[in-house]
Amino acid sequence: MTQLLGTNALVQLGLRRDRIMIPVWLYALTAVVASTGYSYGQLYDTPAARLDFASAVATNGSTLAFYGHVYHADSIGGLTAWRLSGIGAAITAALTVLLVVRHTRADEEAGRLELIGAGVVGRYAPLTTGVLIALAADAALAGLVLIAQVAVGLPFAGAVAFSLGWFGAGLVFAAVAAVTAQIAETSRVANGLAFGVLGLAYLLRAIGDAGPSWASWLSPIGWSQQLRPYAGERWWVFALFVALAAVIGTVAYALVERRDIGAGLLPTRPGPATAAPTLRSPLALAWRLQRGLLAGWAVALLVYGAVIGGIADGINALVQDSKGTRDIITDMGGTKSLIDAFLATAAGLLGLAAAVYAVQAVLRLRTEETQQRAEPLLATRVGRIRWALSHVTIAVAGSVVLLALGGLSAGLAHGLRSDDVGHQLPRVLGGALAQLPATWVIAAVALALFGLRPRAVLASWGVVGACLLLWLLGPSVHLTQRAMDISPFTHIPKLPGSAFSTTPLAVLTVIAAVVAGAGLAGLRRRDIG
Amino acid sequence: MSAIEIRNLVKTFGRTRALDGLDLSVETGEVHGFLGPNGAGKSTTLRVLLGLLRADSGAARLLGGDPWRDIATLHRRLAYVPGDVTLWPNLSGGEVIDLLGRLRGGLNERRRAELLERFELDPTKKGRAYSKGNRQKVALVAALASDVELLILDEPTSGLDPLMEEVFRECISDERARGRTVLLSSHILSEVEALCDRVSIIRDGRTVETGALSELRHLSRTSITAELDAAPNGLGGHAGVHDLHVDGAADGPTVRLDVDPAHLGDVLSELTKLGVRSLVSRPPTLEELFLRHYEPTRS
Repeated sequence: MTQLLGTNALVQLGLRRDRIMIPVWLYALTAVVASTGYSYGQLYDTPAARLDFASAVATNGSTLAFYGHVYHADSIGGLTAWRLSGIGAAITAALTVLLVVRHTRADEEAGRLELIGAGVVGRYAPLTTGVLIALAADAALAGLVLIAQVAVGLPFAGAVAFSLGWFGAGLVFAAVAAVTAQIAETSRVANGLAFGVLGLAYLLRAIGDAGPSWASWLSPIGWSQQLRPYAGERWWVFALFVALAAVIGTVAYALVERRDIGAGLLPTRPGPATAAPTLRSPLALAWRLQRGLLAGWAVALLVYGAVIGGIADGINALVQDSKGTRDIITDMGGTKSLIDAFLATAAGLLGLAAAVYAVQAVLRLRTEETQQRAEPLLATRVGRIRWALSHVTIAVAGSVVLLALGGLSAGLAHGLRSDDVGHQLPRVLGGALAQLPATWVIAAVALALFGLRPRAVLASWGVVGACLLLWLLGPSVHLTQRAMDISPFTHIPKLPGSAFSTTPLAVLTVIAAVVAGAGLAGLRRRDIG
Repeated sequence: MSAIEIRNLVKTFGRTRALDGLDLSVETGEVHGFLGPNGAGKSTTLRVLLGLLRADSGAARLLGGDPWRDIATLHRRLAYVPGDVTLWPNLSGGEVIDLLGRLRGGLNERRRAELLERFELDPTKKGRAYSKGNRQKVALVAALASDVELLILDEPTSGLDPLMEEVFRECISDERARGRTVLLSSHILSEVEALCDRVSIIRDGRTVETGALSELRHLSRTSITAELDAAPNGLGGHAGVHDLHVDGAADGPTVRLDVDPAHLGDVLSELTKLGVRSLVSRPPTLEELFLRHYEPTRS
């Protein structure tokens, strides 16, 4: 037991550090479950509607791959489980990975663990702390999700199986993250390795649901669905989670014994002794610092585009008998053609994703400033405007690349499925690229805050969140046009499907330039640091 | 001509008055010590000189130009080492040295190689893998390998071990021999003593004393603490003795005193006559100096 000495105190400290983050996650996920269960109850209120929906799902390969099979069509619980048990298990696993790595490798990397390790703390205490905090969050999530399902009127046994499916995924990935946190020397690599395993698990489940079903059984995410919530629960499947977690967890603790504090099993590779000839400008440095972020977003939007493009052609079948869903999509997409409306909606979300990226890229400036890495740069010939423009250039060019990739992949997938690449590819790509001016307005707001009110740069995320909420909820709660007009994305023509107009795009671009100019003027006058 | 000329500089952050009428004058070709306790305003002064902060009032001239307006031309001619060096986690030390050198307008490859060897720095490590001292070495190599007129160094040895401090001192002597101007901020008196031609001492954002080290005689005094057999009658009036304190019993008193270098021999023989049971001598710390000489008269 001495190996675990101090765990209690460390868990309390850790939970205190996460007292905001964990509740926000729990609240968001519980709300998704409750609202899905409730809205399915409203949308598919007759057995016929439910069966139609289920048969549409069963014939659409991309929907099967994304969500899986409907195991019990004639119940609201069955539909809710179809929609959320696999995806929710993956999200729970992701939350678990982030929590475990944050409380183990990230602390070690920052040197905080050294401070703690010098106190009266057992060898296994830090790892155990990370795992316990994550599992506590998972258990709370499972409990809340159980209550949410029962509250919207779903059967108790199914709700328990559903919640156990999420918790089981958390259990397995807590163990996976415990291992990657020992292997990697940095938290980024530890997270990356664990997310790689999670991606593989999700892929195996997707293959299993769209093709040979044995593949699902290789994946813990598949097990969450094989617990069959609301469809004749198979309780023994939960034992698989426990057994796998125990095996992987044992490996993690064995690794703790074999390594020094601060070190990993994968050493960080040495870098070059001299800089490449191209590393000679602020722009080259900004690219070097930001290319990883852009690559991550590029992969995500490529996949998103392919999924959207793959589903679009089947959207008519999927929602044919559900006037509610139909109305939501055509309201958001602004056109009567359901497929075009769906694609235009997806383009809007691509634009918002690009805006999130652009804000991240611009705010890198503030990170560089507060971490005092800007200071040595600005002590050279590099002026502050040139320095700021280097990161802004990456943000602007990066948003173009991301929207082009997302549009291309959606257009290509949709074109291939509808046998009309030549016609559909430019329409979908155009719809994505039309989002650019709105994205730039958001990025310019972030730059203006950085130049004029540097302590308030985090308000940029409030702006992004407000645009997302208006885009997401505005049409369904019937906000006034004046309220909707606050978001730059409202002014983008809804493409494909609606009439194209250059005026709003030009006006938004000019607004972005003026706002960005104000930010740069502020930066020129203010103190750095 | 002065390399740096500051007159009556004021800089406030909200209610804090970081610089409160600071004066500083650094001649071309000298190594100038910029001495003050933590929080005295040293780094703030250097940041004003680098054009990172805008002064509220007062005048600052750097290499004949205005540090706020003439950044592009001035920064070609100077190199800076920050007090707390943070590096980009993914860039190797060698990459940072080359990048900063190129952005400054060129790096002397031969000196770069020589400095890496002298400082025993591995340039292939990534920024996140360096210790504090090694991060400081990266910044020092980048600065010293550039062909510039002025070096601005903010507490550059705070993370170095004694061996490396010695290497640093040799490097600064070389720079002096090359005719470069160095402004060296520090809170370690012995470092400034070993390296600097002149010093400016600041406290609470104000210059309290400036001049050649030999002029600031109290800086080179020796602090002595001794246990004696008899009471040191008359010692307080002896030439070269300052701040005498006597504690303890009359048959075995403990004395503390500061002695000017010129009178050290005389004072020691006086002490010996009284019978010395134990004796500790050391240079006064900066904190003691500030307590004794620069304590502002507070009500």
